[in-house]
Amino acid sequence: MDMNLNLKPNIAGPDDFYNWLIDSQRNMDERQAAMMNCKLVLLLANHIGDRAVIHEALRRAGGAI
Amino acid sequence: MFKTYDYPRFAYVQSAEQRDGAVKRHKVVIIGAGPIGLTAALDCAAHGIEAVVLDDNDTVSVGSRAVCYAKRPLEIWDRLGVGERMVDKGVSWNLGKVFFQDRLSYQFDLLPEEDNKMPAMINLQQYYLEEYMVEALGKQSQVDVRWKHKVIGLQQKNDHAVLSVETPDGVFAMEADWVLACDGANSGLRDMVGAKFTGQFFQDRFLIADVIMDAEYPTERWFWFDPTFHPNQSTLLHRQPDNVWRIDFQLGWDADAAEEKKPERIIARVREMLGDDRHFELEWASVYQFACRRIDNFRYGRVFFAGDAAHQVSPFGARGANTGVQDTDNLIWKLKLVLDGAAPERLVDTYNEERAFAADDNLLNSTRATDFISPKSASSRLYRDAVLELAEDCEFARPLVNSGRLSVPTPYVSSSLNTPDADVFAGKMAPGTNCADVPVTVDGKSGWLLNALGGGFTILTFGPAPAEVVTSGAVKARVVSVGRDIEDKCGVLAQRYDAKPGTTYLIRPDQHVAARWRQFDAAKIKQALTRALAS
Repeated sequence: MDMNLNLKPNIAGPDDFYNWLIDSQRNMDERQAAMMNCKLVLLLANHIGDRAVIHEALRRAGGAI
Repeated sequence: MFKTYDYPRFAYVQSAEQRDGAVKRHKVVIIGAGPIGLTAALDCAAHGIEAVVLDDNDTVSVGSRAVCYAKRPLEIWDRLGVGERMVDKGVSWNLGKVFFQDRLSYQFDLLPEEDNKMPAMINLQQYYLEEYMVEALGKQSQVDVRWKHKVIGLQQKNDHAVLSVETPDGVFAMEADWVLACDGANSGLRDMVGAKFTGQFFQDRFLIADVIMDAEYPTERWFWFDPTFHPNQSTLLHRQPDNVWRIDFQLGWDADAAEEKKPERIIARVREMLGDDRHFELEWASVYQFACRRIDNFRYGRVFFAGDAAHQVSPFGARGANTGVQDTDNLIWKLKLVLDGAAPERLVDTYNEERAFAADDNLLNSTRATDFISPKSASSRLYRDAVLELAEDCEFARPLVNSGRLSVPTPYVSSSLNTPDADVFAGKMAPGTNCADVPVTVDGKSGWLLNALGGGFTILTFGPAPAEVVTSGAVKARVVSVGRDIEDKCGVLAQRYDAKPGTTYLIRPDQHVAARWRQFDAAKIKQALTRALAS
């Protein structure tokens, strides 16, 4: 299978990015955070669009695919 | 009992063969006078096949049951002479709205393609549909419909089947070259042949209620996910003729069917949904569960299965009756050619090949809609709700919303009866696809392509080009020449079929494309016709 999924560092300022991610859910309960994560996955997956990349990411994340 | 409909009672008549005790051999015996059996019966009459329909009851569908009928089945019924009446009585609709909680999540237009005789979808109570077909069968003599005839036994022989049939006068035997089981999801015939019927059974219960009311709601399909009047579940509202409204409530996994069926309980639910004191009356209600499953083979010896007897789907997408009608559309012409000795018996095995393929496509769509409407886990529920929330502002999320993908035909893209394209074509009319309808002019009058194609093998040519009848054995493909027999005044025909002068299509009796070329070539057409006969 083609490795289309970029597994090299690709975001400038990794500490900032990680901080955004954690910070954005600071005031949420479990359900709100889970809902936000779902929306985030949907938004980013649509932005990527490439089914092969999405498929590979699902597999890398431990999905049963 | 019903306020908007009087149930006809069809007379039981003892047959001569039962009275005389002489076992008679029939060409085709159809079991079940529901939408699928009656369509098969009309198709037998259209093809001149002697057939008998047996039904264990003596009336039409009790309750509205299947109410959404799609364009392709309407085209089939139009070929059989009953489609126009259904459309005249039915309610046509195009716009669907999806609500999440109390907000409009998005709306869709079925966008009926212009220039089709039949609408994208009509709503019509199943009893009207059946009544019209029974009436049409009363006007011909090829097919005999027998009420209060229950099949209780089956024996398979080499070249026929023997049925044990019970009537008010006792039990008698009937022989049939071929049996067509259209006896529904709980098919007795399926048990008699020992077929497997496997798939997924869903725990969720649903309540359907038909309500009579004068309402100013537009003729649209409204679907709610998790509305405040019915928290955590879904609801569907649909209009039918006679001011009858279909309301479909999802009840959940642990609902008590007996309790939910009580009229006072249903009335309270509907009152809550309508949110005001308007007057309505309850016409009919039913609580059901469903499964998505199919039979392992559509043919067992001399017995074919069609409709719910062969495949059961969820109600989302109106894929039950609509697919069943396409089963018999696929089978009857093949059966006619085999009965006449004009095609080898293996032609009828392509019924399983083509319709099992279509059933799998329907089951996939149906199961996916069910997973969206009735999520199986907390995390899939979260994804579902996330999609619905995003759909309000984000266009990308709208195609993910699945309140049922409405029934469209499944092209037989890899059928062994197709001759694959050797020439280059654009557009949708690839081999295995049902022919798109188009307005045409016939004898100076406006008409429709599908009506002009009729129910035999047809060579559709775009002139000016030489074209002649082509035969394979006893089967003849007649020519319909565009420019000579029919005119394409608005150019839609040439556009929809990507036609240039010389373009030639070979079309099957069920109005599906068998093959196509850029030039008329009698030898190639003969080869493709022979292939379409499984010869």
